[in-house]
Amino acid sequence: MATKIHKLLLTTTLALVVLFTNSKAFANDAAASTEEAFNPGEMIQHHITDAPDWHILTIDGHDYSIPLPVILYSSQRGLDVFSSSRFEHGHVAYNGYKLEHGHIEAVDASGAADHSVHLYNVSITKNVASMMLSAVLLLVLFLTIANSYKKRQGLAPKGAQSFFEPIILYIRDDVAKTMIGPKYEKFMPYLLTIFFFIWFNNLLGLIPAGANVSGNITFTLFLALATFLITTLTANKYYWAHILWTPGVPLPLRIIILPLEVIGMFTKPFSLMIRLFANITAGHIIVLSFLGLVFIFKTIAVAAFGVPFALFISVLELFVAILQAYVFTLLTALYFGSAVHAHEHDDDHAQGHEAAH
Amino acid sequence: MNLITPDFGLFFWQTITFAIVLFVLGKFAWGPIMSSLKEREDSITDALESAAKAKVEMASLKAANEALLQEARLERDKMLRDAQTVANNLLNEAKDKALKEGNLLLENARRGIETEKNAALAEVKNHAVNIALEVAEKILKRELKDNDAQKALVSEYLKETTLN
Repeated sequence: MATKIHKLLLTTTLALVVLFTNSKAFANDAAASTEEAFNPGEMIQHHITDAPDWHILTIDGHDYSIPLPVILYSSQRGLDVFSSSRFEHGHVAYNGYKLEHGHIEAVDASGAADHSVHLYNVSITKNVASMMLSAVLLLVLFLTIANSYKKRQGLAPKGAQSFFEPIILYIRDDVAKTMIGPKYEKFMPYLLTIFFFIWFNNLLGLIPAGANVSGNITFTLFLALATFLITTLTANKYYWAHILWTPGVPLPLRIIILPLEVIGMFTKPFSLMIRLFANITAGHIIVLSFLGLVFIFKTIAVAAFGVPFALFISVLELFVAILQAYVFTLLTALYFGSAVHAHEHDDDHAQGHEAAH
Repeated sequence: MNLITPDFGLFFWQTITFAIVLFVLGKFAWGPIMSSLKEREDSITDALESAAKAKVEMASLKAANEALLQEARLERDKMLRDAQTVANNLLNEAKDKALKEGNLLLENARRGIETEKNAALAEVKNHAVNIALEVAEKILKRELKDNDAQKALVSEYLKETTLN
């Protein structure tokens, strides 16, 4: 058995050495030609950041992309709306604006950046379009499901209804009821919405040529901020007492705990923001890195290793997509729970803090 | 680095999109779905409860039936026993009565016999007395003549006198 594995390893190593020597030769050939060098960092950056148009693919140096509306506002120039195709993928300036590394800048007549113009860019970018697509999907899907609940009153669920019902019940029973307690009901719409919103955006991001919306810091910032605001605004006196004058500890400790608890109010949603952003973006980067290896070594043989690894990570990302949506929802429910808990559950408080850190 | 710089445009559109999704789904999807689920769970709980209740009722009904049956059985036994007792009593009474009647008849017969016997005896006694008186009269009559003649007379009379 052991000798067999040794043999296999030896063969693989030899094969790799041969391949890489060859690839080096090919790379040299490529450099000799007019092709521009492949920059994996740039490629990955391009994939995980936002863009004014929805880029699908590039063939022979020609970019194919879906043009999206560019909406710009500045007090100097007023409102400007035009198609992102006017920039011709950043090659030309249009109407006093130009595309610089995915960012739209105002330019003056000579083509230099005009920093005096304070630009509000509310374009329907790739991320915005993808997010709106997810919103449409959510609305169509769950309104249909809600309709089938009305039509099939009292009957067993069917179709999409029976696929999503266990998930909805799980969020209700094992997330909301467990974490929040008897007052869970008023938080259910928010919890269900963020769960499915995050999940759907995660999944849309995994589709090739998809946008990295849920791995965008703005997206996670918004959701974390919403969770923070709801937690703070619904908090009862026990929540504030817990933060400002922690019960059950000696006086000097209370003074030490006070700033920690106040900082904790903000670090909790902050961790939500970073966790989702980092997990989703990291997943995209890993998949792109494995695929990028093929182009770095410029040989199709590396694909034999790169593609299965990328596939493996992609499948893992499918799991991460729902896991991160669940984690975000669970922790959100936990923070809501700490905000509305009645006083007698001191044990739950302690547990909640541990889970949060 | 623009990777970790929040973008105003996305935030702006996300606020609008998320608000719409949250509002529409909250009002037209989550609300009806949650209430339907709750309704269905309640109806299942009710059905289970009523089934359990029916089971208990059934058991109590069965127990009641059993008790009723047992009671009926006891009643029947009691009735049989009573009937038996009544019949026995009647029989005994009849026997007693018959016995008494028989005894009474026997007693009467015996008394009649006794009376007849006594009357017969009295008659015999009277007859004997009369005979004795006759004999005594004749003896007295003869005694006055002589002793021998008297004796012969007595025996003569005695011969004459039969005791029937």
